Amino acid sequence: MIKVKLFATLREGRQKEVVFDYFDGITGKYIIDMLDIKEDDVAIYLINGIDGKINDKLKDGDVVSIFPPVGGG
Amino acid sequence: MGRYDRNMNMLSREENERLRNFKVCVVGCGGLGGYVIEMLGRLGIGYITAVDMDVFEETNLNRQILSNVNVIGKYKAMEAKERMKLVNPDVFINPVVEKFDIENGERILKGHDLAVDALDNIETRFVLQDICEKLNIPLVHGAIGGWFGQVTTIFPGDRALDVLYKQKVKKGIEKELGNPSFTPALVASIQVSEVLKVLLNRGEVLRKEVLYIDTYSQEYHKIKL
Repeated sequence: MIKVKLFATLREGRQKEVVFDYFDGITGKYIIDMLDIKEDDVAIYLINGIDGKINDKLKDGDVVSIFPPVGGG
Repeated sequence: MGRYDRNMNMLSREENERLRNFKVCVVGCGGLGGYVIEMLGRLGIGYITAVDMDVFEETNLNRQILSNVNVIGKYKAMEAKERMKLVNPDVFINPVVEKFDIENGERILKGHDLAVDALDNIETRFVLQDICEKLNIPLVHGAIGGWFGQVTTIFPGDRALDVLYKQKVKKGIEKELGNPSFTPALVASIQVSEVLKVLLNRGEVLRKEVLYIDTYSQEYHKIKL
């Protein structure tokens, strides 16, 4: 099982947390595609609270956190 | 010293006096930058460089503390100076009416103790991070978008923005959401608290971590970078 936590605007039209069944080779890229999140909307991407890459393979039990970019002033 | 009485005893008298010797460069005088300059000036930071090439427009009035109906069409950096004359004449404001970029950045930043990122676009933030690193100047980053915001303090070599804007994204959620009155004030306040701690070398700063602020759900996350 992979738990995915979404933050800020990524929650719009989605849940705060989404659970995916684990399979060998599952990545953040697969998850964001399934959730219909654009790559450009992924600014901070954490695997178990540590900076990760969306193409990194996930392990069963991983927790993924995704934050959108904030850039205004 | 009556002006600074309420800064005591949070700061010592000696610390209060030291503040007037610091030079801080605030890059961007819009939503964040206006509040940052206001608060740095009231604290008594002696020398503040205010960088912005823009003039005030009507659309700024909902959130930018330096704006009012009488200054529409006037340069933001110049208005920072005018306002500080009224707020705290002890503070010297050095207005720079230029677009901060790779050509002029080093000249503008040189000689400052610290820089504040109050820019409104991601691309220029990376330029600012590069130049601060080159000049060995700490940088307090803040950004806002709608109900959301973030703050981190970047020391030379940390390169926190590389993690914060992972895919080198060009635009943030503010392009869709705009910015209200309260997130600039909130994020700027946290930035100023970081500036004060870095300058006085006390307290805990948001180094290698970002405070991600969500006023919609009132969630505040400190994330290690």
